[in-house]
Amino acid sequence: MQAQTTTAAVTGSLRFNGIGKRFPGVQALADISFVAHPGTVHALMGENGAGKSTLLKILGGAYAPSSGHLQIGEQALSFKSTAQSIASGVAVIHQELHLVPEMTVAENLFLGHLPSRFGLVKGAELRRKALALLKGLADEIDPQDKVGRLSLGQRQLVEIAKALSRGAHVIAFDEPTSSLSSREIERLMTIIARLRDEGKVVLYVSHRMEEIFHICNAVTVFKDGRYVRTFEHMSELSHDQLVTCMVGRDIQDIYDYRPREQGPVALKVDGLLGPGLREPVSFEVREGEILGLFGLVGAGRTELLRLLSGLARTRAGSLELAGRPLPLRSPRDAIAAGVLLCPEDRKKEGILPLASVAENINLSARGANSTLGCLLRGDWERSNADRQIKALKVKTPSPGQKIMYLSGGNQQKAILGRWLSMPMKVLLLDEPTRGIDIGAKAEIYQIIHNLAASGIAVIVVSSDLMEVMGISDRILVLCEGAVRGELPRARANESNLLQLALPGQRSQVPGLSERSL
Amino acid sequence: MSTQNTTLSALRKAPDLRRFLDDWVMLLAAVAIFALCTVLIDNFLSPLNMRGLGLAISTTGIAACTMLYCLASGHFDLSVGSVIACAGVVAAVVMRSTNSVFLGVSAALLMGLVVGLINGIVIAKLRVNALITTLATMQIVRGLAYIFADGKAVGVSQESFFVFGNGQLFGVPVPILITLVCFLFFGWLLNYTTYGRNTMAIGGNQEAALLAGVNVDRTKIIIFAVHGLIGALAGVILASRMTSGQPMIGQGFELTVISACVLGGVSLSGGIGMIRHVIAGVLILAIIENAMNLKNIDTFYQYVIRGSILLLAVVIDRLKQR
Repeated sequence: MQAQTTTAAVTGSLRFNGIGKRFPGVQALADISFVAHPGTVHALMGENGAGKSTLLKILGGAYAPSSGHLQIGEQALSFKSTAQSIASGVAVIHQELHLVPEMTVAENLFLGHLPSRFGLVKGAELRRKALALLKGLADEIDPQDKVGRLSLGQRQLVEIAKALSRGAHVIAFDEPTSSLSSREIERLMTIIARLRDEGKVVLYVSHRMEEIFHICNAVTVFKDGRYVRTFEHMSELSHDQLVTCMVGRDIQDIYDYRPREQGPVALKVDGLLGPGLREPVSFEVREGEILGLFGLVGAGRTELLRLLSGLARTRAGSLELAGRPLPLRSPRDAIAAGVLLCPEDRKKEGILPLASVAENINLSARGANSTLGCLLRGDWERSNADRQIKALKVKTPSPGQKIMYLSGGNQQKAILGRWLSMPMKVLLLDEPTRGIDIGAKAEIYQIIHNLAASGIAVIVVSSDLMEVMGISDRILVLCEGAVRGELPRARANESNLLQLALPGQRSQVPGLSERSL
Repeated sequence: MSTQNTTLSALRKAPDLRRFLDDWVMLLAAVAIFALCTVLIDNFLSPLNMRGLGLAISTTGIAACTMLYCLASGHFDLSVGSVIACAGVVAAVVMRSTNSVFLGVSAALLMGLVVGLINGIVIAKLRVNALITTLATMQIVRGLAYIFADGKAVGVSQESFFVFGNGQLFGVPVPILITLVCFLFFGWLLNYTTYGRNTMAIGGNQEAALLAGVNVDRTKIIIFAVHGLIGALAGVILASRMTSGQPMIGQGFELTVISACVLGGVSLSGGIGMIRHVIAGVLILAIIENAMNLKNIDTFYQYVIRGSILLLAVVIDRLKQR
């Protein structure tokens, strides 16, 4: 409602007028109305699943809204395709960039309208135009270079240059800093500030609070596909006010931390080296303990888990499980020993999307629960799936439902169910709550706690500071492929964790690593 | 709570109907086409024609059973046509020199198994693309068939060998019985064994299957080895029907088998496939071909019609997924 107070028609404002989007069975967005003004950076915030991405897809023309329309200046718009959106001066810079890695920077910049005569590309003109576009944005990029050879940050700049070459007036960034280095983030911030000063409408989607407070002038908060509130002046807003507005409740209670008894050492890692690790890694985790692994993107957390789960080969060092050496040649070895991994990328590495929920749960344990190791036992198949679905509160219409139709949280629970069907000693969780809504998050934290309480050693990798601090008994901080420090729960706080996680003596760059919810 | 449950069950109804259609629609289509032909074409239902139809189904049907596993795991096998020819030749040549039907058939099956193992090991262990691997073995095995046969058909004189192709049990030709057994066995294998489920898991998401502890490499090798073995069995039956091993036979057969599977609803990208898809696809292709022959439609037109049906089927499948 607050958005409607500034009804004065400002030429060039971007208006969302009652935008709604229905998918079969789901109302993804309902009645979204707010205004983003030229010359401002407008943040869109909300938990995962709040509807930010859907809104950007409507803005970019990838989805047509089911109701309502967009308006730029006085002109009402309704995009039926990405091309229409681009033609109306809108550019959406997605997380996955839409560039062709095998083509040069210049070719990418002018893809679709290469300067040519009789079908022959005019090389010199292409190069000159490309240089002019990149000037001031990224002077060091050679237009003749293949895009595949650029860093992620540089590719993003090429994407921005492409947007500007098409005369974009509205530029929307979707989580632009999620895989950038600190220096690249700094440069991006400068460029965004410049776009703002040039009078563009900039929309900015990010989870990183510090970035939002650093660069944005206004913020609109979404929750469950609905508009919550727009704050027109960032300066009058506190961190806590914003979080409370997003979450709608106090953050602490979702972790539900309870102290537990710890047993003997379950997994001992000694001098481990392998792909992604720069220095030998050594640590221990006890039965009943939850060990958090924190670090920035590229710190080696996922790589470490891949080594522990037998997916990658160790170059040096050894593993011991309950005092016995544990040689790992494949994931099967780790699974047989009871060291089980829930991978980071659920869709790519976790679920069988086309198979049923029951199938996904039973996949690993059925070998041991079959006759002669090959004939399935129908009774076990049914009862095990039912038991896990019930115990983990997986919300599914039936065990036979294809798992791809379930929400991220329920998919994650099904994968946990797969491992709970097995004898488990150590549970490795890589970003267990990424892309999961807050209700399901709380349930998953509960499951992790219960597992630890039953004597299982849990290692949780997370880039979410609040999460790591909320659930871990002890936190190991990785930086650039090496262990930088270890903090017990009582001594861990945002600033000392970040201090350890940041590479070198570089100054603290705004928003580098904090992802709040 | 109760209101929530009723909405849930209302939501559930629609996908159930859809799932039913997805699973059964092609088999129903096969039955409908059969009924249509019965009404419209004279002699379609005659015992002689039914027998011919059954025999036409048998070779494709047997090979399609194991092609289903290749497709369901996200791969395919182009070498099966060559394996069929080579198996017939090997059986004939070995029988000619040893005079033993048992040795001839065993040698043919062994040859198929070895070709399948090579396919499987190269694809699973060396991570070479299945298209290229089986394209290569397709040519190698075809060449070997010509070499073994010295370029021409090798006649078989052992009467007992003809049982596979021309024998009857309770009035039903043996090839048809073997096909039925294959349908039942491989349908059961896919749904009720770890091997079958692991095959589907690999096709559905290989990375996830590996992380879940599925022995991906071994399963793939078995899939191709079994496919080679069963392809050779189809070749032996064909050679028995024709009383000779012919090195030139079965050119393009691999594409007919893959067409049948895809027409029935098996996904080319893996993870979707059931034996009823295979049965439906094999039936539809065979019935239409049979009907066209009875109607004396020119072979050239038959190609066009068969291709159009396949194209239509995959387009419909694509539209269904929207």
